Amino acid sequence: MLKYNDKVLMIVFAILVLTGPVILAPFGAGYPDLLQRFAIFGILAVGYNILFGLTGYLSFGHAAFLGVGSYSTVWMFKLLTMNIIPGMILAIIMSGLFALLIGFITLRRSGIYFSILTLAFAQMSYSLAYSVLTPITNGETGLQIRLADARILDPKNESGSLPSTNLFGFEMNDTWRTTFMGMDLQFNVGFYVCAVILIAAFYVSIRIFRSPFGLMLRAVKTNQNRLMYTGINTKPYTLAAFVISGMYAGLAGALLASMDPLAGAERMQWTESGSIVLMVILGGAGTLLGPVLGAGVIKYFEAIFSRINDNVLHGWFDFLPGFLETFMVWIIHPFVGKGWSLTLGAVFMIIVIFLPGGLMEGANRINKRFGKQKRGSADNAKAPAE
Amino acid sequence: MSVFTPNRRGLIKSGALLGTGLAMPTIFTAGSAAAYTNAPTGSGVTLGFNVPQSGPYADEGADELRAYELAVEHLNGGGDGGMMNTFSSKALSGNGILGNKVNYVTGDTQTKSDAARASAKSMIEKDGAVMITGGSSSGVAIAVQGLCQEAGVIFMAGLTHSNDTTGKDKKANGFRHFFNGYMSAAALAPVLEEMYGPDRNAYHLTADYTWGWTQQESIQAATEAKGWETVNNVLTPLATQDFSSYVAPVLNSGADILVLNHYGGNMINSLTSAVQFGLRDKQVNGKNFEIVVPLYSRLMAKGAGENVKGIFGSTNWHWSLTDAGSQAFVKSFGEKYGFPPSQAAHTVYCQTMLYADAAERAGTFNPCGIAEALEGFDFDGLGNGPTHYRADDHQCFKDVLVVKGKDNPTSDFDLLEVVQVTPRAQVEYAPDHPMFAGGALGKCNPGA
Repeated sequence: MLKYNDKVLMIVFAILVLTGPVILAPFGAGYPDLLQRFAIFGILAVGYNILFGLTGYLSFGHAAFLGVGSYSTVWMFKLLTMNIIPGMILAIIMSGLFALLIGFITLRRSGIYFSILTLAFAQMSYSLAYSVLTPITNGETGLQIRLADARILDPKNESGSLPSTNLFGFEMNDTWRTTFMGMDLQFNVGFYVCAVILIAAFYVSIRIFRSPFGLMLRAVKTNQNRLMYTGINTKPYTLAAFVISGMYAGLAGALLASMDPLAGAERMQWTESGSIVLMVILGGAGTLLGPVLGAGVIKYFEAIFSRINDNVLHGWFDFLPGFLETFMVWIIHPFVGKGWSLTLGAVFMIIVIFLPGGLMEGANRINKRFGKQKRGSADNAKAPAE
Repeated sequence: MSVFTPNRRGLIKSGALLGTGLAMPTIFTAGSAAAYTNAPTGSGVTLGFNVPQSGPYADEGADELRAYELAVEHLNGGGDGGMMNTFSSKALSGNGILGNKVNYVTGDTQTKSDAARASAKSMIEKDGAVMITGGSSSGVAIAVQGLCQEAGVIFMAGLTHSNDTTGKDKKANGFRHFFNGYMSAAALAPVLEEMYGPDRNAYHLTADYTWGWTQQESIQAATEAKGWETVNNVLTPLATQDFSSYVAPVLNSGADILVLNHYGGNMINSLTSAVQFGLRDKQVNGKNFEIVVPLYSRLMAKGAGENVKGIFGSTNWHWSLTDAGSQAFVKSFGEKYGFPPSQAAHTVYCQTMLYADAAERAGTFNPCGIAEALEGFDFDGLGNGPTHYRADDHQCFKDVLVVKGKDNPTSDFDLLEVVQVTPRAQVEYAPDHPMFAGGALGKCNPGA
């Protein structure tokens, strides 16, 4: 079972995630689509961290598993039912098999060669999805559900509109809106499904981190040669980690498709794989909470900064005299809107240079500083009277 | 935007503390009292402009955004009113739509279905947009149209030329003003036959997505009906930058016509590549080698420069048209931005006006009311002559322009000349035409 500290972490994490719609509303991020993305990419990052954070194997191909998961799920929507459960199960199985195959081949090498191999595999999968496998993936247009799809488990649809994805009747896009302290809060079924799965995924990840298996993976990261000299075959361990993280990615892909029943090939592009690596490093590789934070920060930049246009900027600096207003807008303009990746790049550089351990290192440093002060005062009190 | 509200700390703290538990039963009010998604609450109505601001179609996206801003200005009573004065329907009066001031939000589709849907979703969920419009790629348009159908808002398609948008992927909440691949082929084939003769061998390079596929299919069918042979069709990924490896095999294929089913940045690069390989100076089978670009725009002609001279294609609209609607639009666009609008700008301006007009006539923003007002709507004065919005597939029918790259352009904008205005009757087709079959419009969805 979990130790006391982990229990506290787990409970705090669950509370934070479940109150997401309230906490994030003041930041303009409290709407369902973005909340869902926070949770989904959180799952992806947690899974990626099991591979990269523990074993140190840097995979540049995880977007491929995300795509496999999405395509599997949409096919289940088309063939079986709009209930998301069969889609998720198939997605986890398919991405697991896929990861087993890719992992079996790529894990023959380590370090940079492993990274390049995974990158090559991901690029191959992307090209396959984009053009060669068009009958299965619908190429660039992306796989969508249609009115005429079979859906053999669902009752015949006669409403004339596309059915929504659901979990035993609870529709994913159902939202309960309300106003609270001037903020528009949106409690969305889809988000809570993602949130519960994120919490479960986080729990599994804690268990793996604290298990002998996790210890073994850490040993691989620290000194793989020494492990091999002692007669331990490390490959089953790394392969298991690879497959587990691949299945996490497949699950994330399944949820993406469940929230919005469309699977596109862009999801598998290497830039997507790169952004998963960024999420984990930004938050803090090898830490439990870091990857989820990193995923949140990146998705926040993508969704919010990219939508600030000159109109909005003029609104912010309205109180300044005319020329100053124009000047401020001119300065900030390159960093928002389509320049959001520029801002993200700068933030990423600052964090990697000053906090190599990511956001979690920042949090720890703050913690330590306060901790030290406390200890300091305690020492003073205990100082013996001489 | 509440991103940098000064007292956000306080808000977070109180939000986290009070949160779900304390005030839940009393203060919360049920939200979905309205009959349709994002019904305006009195302060104004929000439209979502979702255009590519990066990627191969970024130029078109930028021009679309200019036209949207102009349309909003005119709707709110600013500027000179543009095409509102020439539009045959006089429901709009310059005081917004149904008395609501028109506001707008913008987003970047990145020419990717995923990103476009995410952007449209946040417009609907976060900004309360009651209508989404835009798109410079059919793949994106189809993806966003599907989303709008599910969310219960109207989608006014921008620049999308694939047959599928109003063919097998048509949706009850989606409307297209732009023409399509079939119409291009029907207008272009007779002109090509007249210019280049009936015994030609065509080689197609085609952008590998729904637009490329359906346009290629249309052009191939129309030209083969005139006696042409199709030698080969090679699909090129949308993200391709360097087309030399695709152009080189054309030289020895025995073809004497190259059809470039490319648009935007793709077309600029592939045409430049083809010209650099000397294709246009070659003689094959005793005939001059020719290049055809079925879908043309002024922005592309500008990008490709010298290379477009004498090349035939079709276009939805061109600023040199002399009817009152076109002239009014060119004048107000030119006065605001200093240069003439592109066809992308024209089509999105029209779509915004048509939406606003439909809302006025229907007396509601309810998607079902608007759909009813647009279906079977006949109008004039928006630059393409008498136009009909067909109820069966939500496709507009109007004259199509066949254009040619000008041999002696007088300015940076005077790059295309209109060869022929193909009358509407020649490009019309039955709603159940095989190239458009396989989809269902479904029922209008008001959401909520």
